Amino acid sequence: MSQELIRLTNLVMEFDGERILDSINLYINDKEFLTLLGPSGCGKTTTLRVIGGFLTPTSGDVLFDGKRINEVPAYKRKINTVFQRYALFPHLDVYDNIAFGLRIAKLSEKEIDERVTEMLEIVSLKGFENRKVTSLSGGQQQRVAIARALVNRPKVLLLDEPLGALDLRLRKDMQNELKRIQQAMGITFIYVTHDQEEALTMSDTIVVMDKGKIQQIGRPEDIYNEPKNAFVADFIGESNILDGVMLEDCKVKFFGRTFACVDKGFEKNEPVDVVIRPEDIDIVEADAGHLCGTVTSVTFKGVHYDTIVDFKGFKWLIQTTDYCPEGSYIGIRLNPEDIHIMKKSEYSGMFGDYSSYSAEYDEIADAEGSEDEA
Amino acid sequence: MRKVNRVFTILVFIFLYIPMIVLAVASFNKGTDIAVFQGFTFSQYKELFRDNDLLRLLGNSLIIAVISMAVATVLGTIAAVGIHSMRGKMRSAVMSLTNIPMTNPDIVTGVSLALLFAFAGILLRINNVLGFWTLLIAHITFGLPYVILNVMPKLAQMDPDLAEAALDLGCTPVQAFFKVVLHEIMPGIISGALMAFTMSLDDFVISYFVTGSGFVTLPVEIYSYTKKPIQPKVYAMFTLIFVTILLLMVTMNLLQARDSSKNRKLRHREANR
Repeated sequence: MSQELIRLTNLVMEFDGERILDSINLYINDKEFLTLLGPSGCGKTTTLRVIGGFLTPTSGDVLFDGKRINEVPAYKRKINTVFQRYALFPHLDVYDNIAFGLRIAKLSEKEIDERVTEMLEIVSLKGFENRKVTSLSGGQQQRVAIARALVNRPKVLLLDEPLGALDLRLRKDMQNELKRIQQAMGITFIYVTHDQEEALTMSDTIVVMDKGKIQQIGRPEDIYNEPKNAFVADFIGESNILDGVMLEDCKVKFFGRTFACVDKGFEKNEPVDVVIRPEDIDIVEADAGHLCGTVTSVTFKGVHYDTIVDFKGFKWLIQTTDYCPEGSYIGIRLNPEDIHIMKKSEYSGMFGDYSSYSAEYDEIADAEGSEDEA
Repeated sequence: MRKVNRVFTILVFIFLYIPMIVLAVASFNKGTDIAVFQGFTFSQYKELFRDNDLLRLLGNSLIIAVISMAVATVLGTIAAVGIHSMRGKMRSAVMSLTNIPMTNPDIVTGVSLALLFAFAGILLRINNVLGFWTLLIAHITFGLPYVILNVMPKLAQMDPDLAEAALDLGCTPVQAFFKVVLHEIMPGIISGALMAFTMSLDDFVISYFVTGSGFVTLPVEIYSYTKKPIQPKVYAMFTLIFVTILLLMVTMNLLQARDSSKNRKLRHREANR
């Protein structure tokens, strides 16, 4: 499982003097499902294109199986790609699209036929052999693109936001499908997305990127529960991020009150960022709470209510199944494991305040994001 | 208002096409007086196909048109691919340079080419340099921009990932071009080739300056006819040429219409997703 396959060392990429990737260091294991996650413009697609061989890095090395492959052109790498907009060949039908790579490799027609037929079965497109690719739905085109890449039995499959153009339902199905294919075929997947939920669902390892730098590498649970800085905490899920001071190991002070926590290893009286996930907060009667505040807005979200509570001018987001009407005065309790402490970073103070929160905010941001990508 | 528009459109078309109709009618006229239609006949066409001189000239024109079209199409497509891969300022500069010869008056192009050939002739010590080869080179030169101009938009419309997908699947860059890119830009190549062909076939001004007495094309020869009475069989030939060009143009437009409706359907489907 854990044999190293690809390593990027001090990778730097510059276009016209602008630094797109800033010393990326990363290793990817064989048969791993690794996701590069970040907002648009963070450098995730550039990283993928460097691995695919479509870009030569300005400096730094790309190693494949221990060998340096910086100058090896794309067509000589045992890596295949699923492109964002599929990039199927419009003049070929489904069968010929999938057979394309095998024909270039000059395999016998008999073997090509066996492998294409096998692939069509894996992506559930049996019977579509002679259909024109332009007559297929988005989801079907996606499957053809995956089949066309996988039929070459690459060591690594690169996927550049492959589900971006699909609707939510289809996207969920394809997420499961991709994970199943990856496990069945035992191929390393390197997956690029800006969708944190997609990343958390499918990945073995998540690499969070922003501004051309890796912010954090870890398993999905670690990234969610132990974010390294305010950017990661905010990008993966919702977070209330507060200024605090670490009094000593397992003791943090914020909002003028000392709380027990589980984090250690900070300097005495070191200023820190305190993360509290909105779903970890327990609402109690005002007189029983560690902190008390007034509810300023409530939005029904289906499974829970997004409740905004004003604590001394700083607004928190609390996700709760208990309905608290607007204007009610409530208290909250925080258990030590609900509090996560992060070192101060360049992102401190930029995220985690819900003062300007509105229920539509997320959807607007999402819509803008997906337009950028398209 | 719509009625006025329609009447006006019809008038414009009559104005545009009446000379051709007069010519076609004259080519079927029994008499020699173009003012009086004396009865329908194919005799002018029979005359035409017995006139070896005229047919030879038409042959010359077709040879030049076909060869210059072929060379201009290959060179123009290669150039378009090269220009397409350029970035920003460089690209627009090269495109302007490509467009200038098309807007340049033919007479200027013709004279400057003639001068160039004369100069080259002296350098290479060739007497009487003007002839088939100079004519061919000239026709390739002015056909080239039309090919580039028709291929460029197709390259721009093409999904840039297609070529990368081909490389990704193991194609060398050359294989990627022939197996994928060429298919995508083919409509542009065909319409560019057709334009280069028709431009070559009917060119008089440039040809007049760059050819010698050894190799004469139809338009150059016919120009000298206007000084003496034109024989009716020439009407027949012009009618045939007109019909041929018309058919070529209609084919070209049909090809383009099919192409754009295909694109529209594609876009439509994508919008519906």
